[in-house]
Amino acid sequence: MGKTLAEKILGGKSQPDATAGDIVVATVDLVFVQDTTGPLTIRQFEQSGLKTIAMPGKTAIFLDHAAPSPTQQTSNDHILLRRFARETNCHIYDVGNGICHQLVAELFANPGDIIVGADSHTVTAGALCAFATGMGSTDIAIAMALGKTWFRVPETFLINLVGSFPQGVYAKDLILYLIGQLGADGATYKALEFGGESLARLTMSERLSIANMAVEAGAKVGLFPSDEITQGFLSSQGRSDSYKPLYPDADANYERIISINLSQLEPMVSFPHSVDNVRSARDTKGIKIHQVFIGTCTNGRLEDLAVAASILQGKKRHPDTRLLIAPASRQVLLQAIEKGYIHSLVEAGAVILPPGCAACLGLHQGVLGDGEACLSTANRNFKGRMGNPEAMIYLASPATAAASAITGEITDPREVVT
Amino acid sequence: MRETLFKGKAIKLGDNISTDDIIPGRFAYLRSDLAELSKHTFEDLIPNFASRANRGDFLVAGGNFGLGSSREHAPLVIKMSGIAAILAKSAARIFFRNAINQGLPVLLCDTGQINDGDELEINLTEGVIINLTSNAKLTSNKMPPLMSAILKEGGLIPYIKKRNDFELQ
Ligand code: SF4
Repeated sequence: MGKTLAEKILGGKSQPDATAGDIVVATVDLVFVQDTTGPLTIRQFEQSGLKTIAMPGKTAIFLDHAAPSPTQQTSNDHILLRRFARETNCHIYDVGNGICHQLVAELFANPGDIIVGADSHTVTAGALCAFATGMGSTDIAIAMALGKTWFRVPETFLINLVGSFPQGVYAKDLILYLIGQLGADGATYKALEFGGESLARLTMSERLSIANMAVEAGAKVGLFPSDEITQGFLSSQGRSDSYKPLYPDADANYERIISINLSQLEPMVSFPHSVDNVRSARDTKGIKIHQVFIGTCTNGRLEDLAVAASILQGKKRHPDTRLLIAPASRQVLLQAIEKGYIHSLVEAGAVILPPGCAACLGLHQGVLGDGEACLSTANRNFKGRMGNPEAMIYLASPATAAASAITGEITDPREVVT
Repeated sequence: MRETLFKGKAIKLGDNISTDDIIPGRFAYLRSDLAELSKHTFEDLIPNFASRANRGDFLVAGGNFGLGSSREHAPLVIKMSGIAAILAKSAARIFFRNAINQGLPVLLCDTGQINDGDELEINLTEGVIINLTSNAKLTSNKMPPLMSAILKEGGLIPYIKKRNDFELQ
């Protein structure tokens, strides 16, 4: 019987015959934490009695979730994380470098790697054919110390993609549609593997947005094969040597196969307070939006800012709608400045936030007020997510977000771009 | 080894309880001050949870309990509130692993047969739940032996302290 991508990658780092359902102990290629899960990881590491970290060069700390720090307590957590990095000689990416998942993609993730991070959206690196999954602080502390962890090899759902996106429809609409179909727990414990003839047309930026949200259907990982697109991305990041092709076997065993024709998709919006509460944007007339937030590990990349800038260029945000933009990394910010996107966005009335998570989880930089509604390009709209349980969060693509910033209400981008 | 027989009262919850429901993200700045953080457990979902939960009670949830963030503070504050075990129809994978790593048992079973306030008796070794109020008996799904071993030690840190490594049975 052939192997899925999950079986190949996990088997490659544990026992070669690993198949779905097996429990394996596998070596890891990257372990990381961010600033809200890192302090507990360090305390658990110190508790474990294990004195050193296994691979300082493959361990990273990212200060991104509350960066620059909004409170004394967070500042002290940042001090703790910087001290740990000095003492252990691991990598640290301080305030302003960007969101952990974007930096993992730019700097670390390679096809065939196993990556574990103390953040649920670690799955993002699945776009580069890395078995990347989120864990809690204790699991990460032990993975740091031992250079390995245990996994249950997941069963796989194959998502077979055919056709091309129509105008105004993007990767975000596809993943929202899929989550709406699967439900928030439809893929719990499973691997999602993307395949089909459309893959050759899906850019790395689009793959990262899709893999990023696999966890919103409960999945353990969202995997793309490693192909020419992967190769192109790795060389653009100066890492061509890391490329190797990696595909599932033709006779791999899939628990489910779901086919989606991209040409039949529409702009989608996820309604409060759960990600799987998905409707098509054209059925959302008259929902007033007080804040539009474009950024996050889902949609804060250069292509996302390009789409937003092209829609907002020469226009103004609605006077009652704040427009916040947070590039996912310093590299994204610099390229967006060079290409003039930042200029167009600022002229349209946007506030540019530093590279990082920004308003995404309600710690700073755009906390919502009572009764306010936000249209965000993020991946989660749980009650209270953006700092206020009395607020409403809608999720959509950067195009829908930009269109809505102009009109002040949720707007199908096809109505604005003609 | 931890105790394996529990008796307590059910606190019933619905489906899809997220880690933001358990401990809202906006309190992340308190994560290095667990005593302060735990005062906000279930703050937006269950008013007065801290005073309602008695030591030894069980949380009894529907499907997909603990979805969302990887924050281990979620099972940690539940454990600090004195909850002895979580029963759910299903649990999100990161939460499930985190709870076991903290030595907080999670039993997957048909929680539809339990009402709020029911008296339950749980035998962890056998994975059997007796509803003393309705006299019904439930069996929970088996977890992988490695996970049971971690739970038996009271969590991943004591497990690793003893062995310095993972052991596959
Ligand atoms: S951008 Fe949002 S979802 Fe992504 S890592 Fe940061 S807080 Fe998490």
